[in-house]
Amino acid sequence: MSYSETKAADAHGEQAIDRKSVYVYEAPVRIWHWVNALAILTLALTGYFIGSPLPSVPGEASANFLMGYIRFTHFAAGQILAIFLILRVYWAFVGNKHARQIFYVPFWSGRYWSEWLHEVKWYTFLARQPKKYVGHNPLAQFTMFFMVTLPLFFMVITGFALYSEGTGRDSWEYKLFGWVFSIFPNSQDIHTLHHLGMWVILTFVMVHIYVAVREDIMSRQSIISSMISGERLFKDEEDD
Amino acid sequence: MAATETFYDVIRRQGITRRSFTKFCSLTAASLGFGPAGAKAMEQALETKERVPVIWMHGLECTCCSESFIRSAHPLVKDVVLSMISLDYDDTIMAAAGKQAEAILEETKQKYKGKYILAVEGNPPLNEDGMFCIDGGKPFVEKLKWMAEDAMAIIAWGACASWGCVQAAKPNPTQATPIDKVIKDKPIIKVPGCPPIAEVMTGVVTFITTFGRLPELDRQGRPQMFYSQRIHDKCYRRPHFDAGQFVEEWDDEGARKGYCLYKMGCKGPTTYNACSTVRWNGGVSFPIQSGHGCIGCSEDGFWDKGSFYDRLTTINQFGIEANADQIGRTAAGVVGAGIVAHAAITAVKRVTTKREKTDA
Repeated sequence: MSYSETKAADAHGEQAIDRKSVYVYEAPVRIWHWVNALAILTLALTGYFIGSPLPSVPGEASANFLMGYIRFTHFAAGQILAIFLILRVYWAFVGNKHARQIFYVPFWSGRYWSEWLHEVKWYTFLARQPKKYVGHNPLAQFTMFFMVTLPLFFMVITGFALYSEGTGRDSWEYKLFGWVFSIFPNSQDIHTLHHLGMWVILTFVMVHIYVAVREDIMSRQSIISSMISGERLFKDEEDD
Repeated sequence: MAATETFYDVIRRQGITRRSFTKFCSLTAASLGFGPAGAKAMEQALETKERVPVIWMHGLECTCCSESFIRSAHPLVKDVVLSMISLDYDDTIMAAAGKQAEAILEETKQKYKGKYILAVEGNPPLNEDGMFCIDGGKPFVEKLKWMAEDAMAIIAWGACASWGCVQAAKPNPTQATPIDKVIKDKPIIKVPGCPPIAEVMTGVVTFITTFGRLPELDRQGRPQMFYSQRIHDKCYRRPHFDAGQFVEEWDDEGARKGYCLYKMGCKGPTTYNACSTVRWNGGVSFPIQSGHGCIGCSEDGFWDKGSFYDRLTTINQFGIEANADQIGRTAAGVVGAGIVAHAAITAVKRVTTKREKTDA
C-alpha cells in the first residue's frame, strides 16, 4: 500500500509504539459528517412529528405555534443539510480520493467485488479476519452510496419540492424542483416517498453506529476516532 | 345562425339591461382578480366578439360536472353563461336528439374549424376498441378524436377527464383513459375535481370567451388562477394546524371547537383546488367547514391512494396493505433485532476464539 507512515516517537526520538496512521478524512469531510448527523437527527425527529403530530395543545390558536416551530426547525435543518451536501459534493472534486468514495460504487472492478464478498463473509462470521482499508471498506462504500448518498439527494429534492407547495408557484423552490410534480402529479405520493426515505436513512444510521462501534473494537483499524481526528490508525503491522 | 351575434346582442336580447351587464362585468372581473381595468376590457370584449361555440361531450362519467356547472352563482349559468357561449351541443341537456343532434357536430366541425371549444366530461375507455362507451352508435373514443381534430382547445371537465377518476381506478377493467393521454396535439385545460366547483367551471369558460385565449396553466395543465394553491394554504382552520390543535376523533372536543382535521386524514395539504376560498353552493360551505376532511378529489388517482382518512399512500407491493411509516417501523425493528443478534454472536465468537488461542 502506498500510504505514508507516521510513527509515534518517545522522548529520545525513537519509536515507542510501532503503529501506522494515515490522514484519511480531511476537515471538511469530518465537519460535514457531524453537521449531517445532527441535521438528520433533527430532521427525522421533527419530520416524524410533522407526519404524526403531538397531542393537541390547549388554549387559543393565537397563543400557540407548536406545529409552526416544529415545521420551521424541519425546514431550517433541511436547508442546512442541503447546503452542506452541496459543499460536500464540491469537496468530492477538490478533496483527496477518500472524499470521493461515497459518491460511486466501482462496479466495474473485479477486485472490488471480491473484497466486497470478503467483507460480507466477515460480517456473517465466515471469514476469520477483516482486511485493512485506508478509507471505507467495499461493503461500507456500497451501503453508504445506496443508503446515504442517494437517499440524501432524494430527500433534498423531494423535500424542496414539498416545501415549494407552501412557498408558492413563483418561488425558486418550485422553479428548481417543481419537475418532481411532473413525475408524481399527486403530492401525497411524494409525502409517502419522503417518509420512506427517512426510514431508509434511519435504518442506515442504526447499522452505521453499530458497525462503527463493532469495527472499532474488532477490526484492525480505528473507526470512531478517525471521524474526529481524521487519522486512521492501524492496530497491527501485518500486510494484507 | 347565432354565430354572427355578439355576446352583447344576446345578452340584450334576453332582456338584460345595460346596467346589469355592467354589474356582471365588474363582478366577474373582481372575482377573477383583474381590477377595474379588467371590467372595462371584459365589457368591450363582450360587445365586439362573437360567441364561442362550445361542444360539450360526455364519455364515461356521472354527470356531476354538469350538475355542478348549472349551479354556478357567480356568474349565474342561466342568465349569462348559456348566452355567452353558444352551447351548440350537449347531449344531456339539449332538446335535439338522434340524427338531428349528431348533425350539429358535423356542422360545427365544418363551420367553426379551429374555433370551437370541445368540453369533455368523462373519459373514453380504450379496451375492446372502446366498446365500453358507445355514443351515437360509435365508440366514444372515436367521436372524441374526430371532434378534437378541429377544436381550438379542449376543456377536460372533472377528475374523470383530467386524471381518470373512479372508472380508471385499479384494476381499471375498461382502461378508462384521461383526455390528455388520448389527444396529444391540442391544448388541454384540466379542470379537476369530482365535481369541479361551479364557479371555477364558469370562470374558466368566461376567461376563454372573454380573452379569446386559454388561461395560464400550471405544470399539470390546470388553470393557475384556481389550482395554484392547496386547500391547506387558504383553509380557515389553518391557524389550528400551526398551533398544533387537532381533531383526534370525530366526536371529541377538538371537533366541536373546529380544530384542524389533519390527523383525521384531511388531504387539504396535498390537494390543489379553490374550495377553501370559493367554497360551494354559492359560497355556503365546503367539506372542511362541514367538519370532514378533504378527500383530495381533484388530485391524480385519488381512488387509488388508500383510505380517505390516511395521509400516506397505501403501498401494496409488500403483499399486505401498509403505509410508509408502518413499513419503516417494521424495517427498523427487524434491523434493530438483527443488530442485537449480530452483536451477541460477535461477543460469543470473540470469547470462543480467545479461548482457542489460549488453548493453543
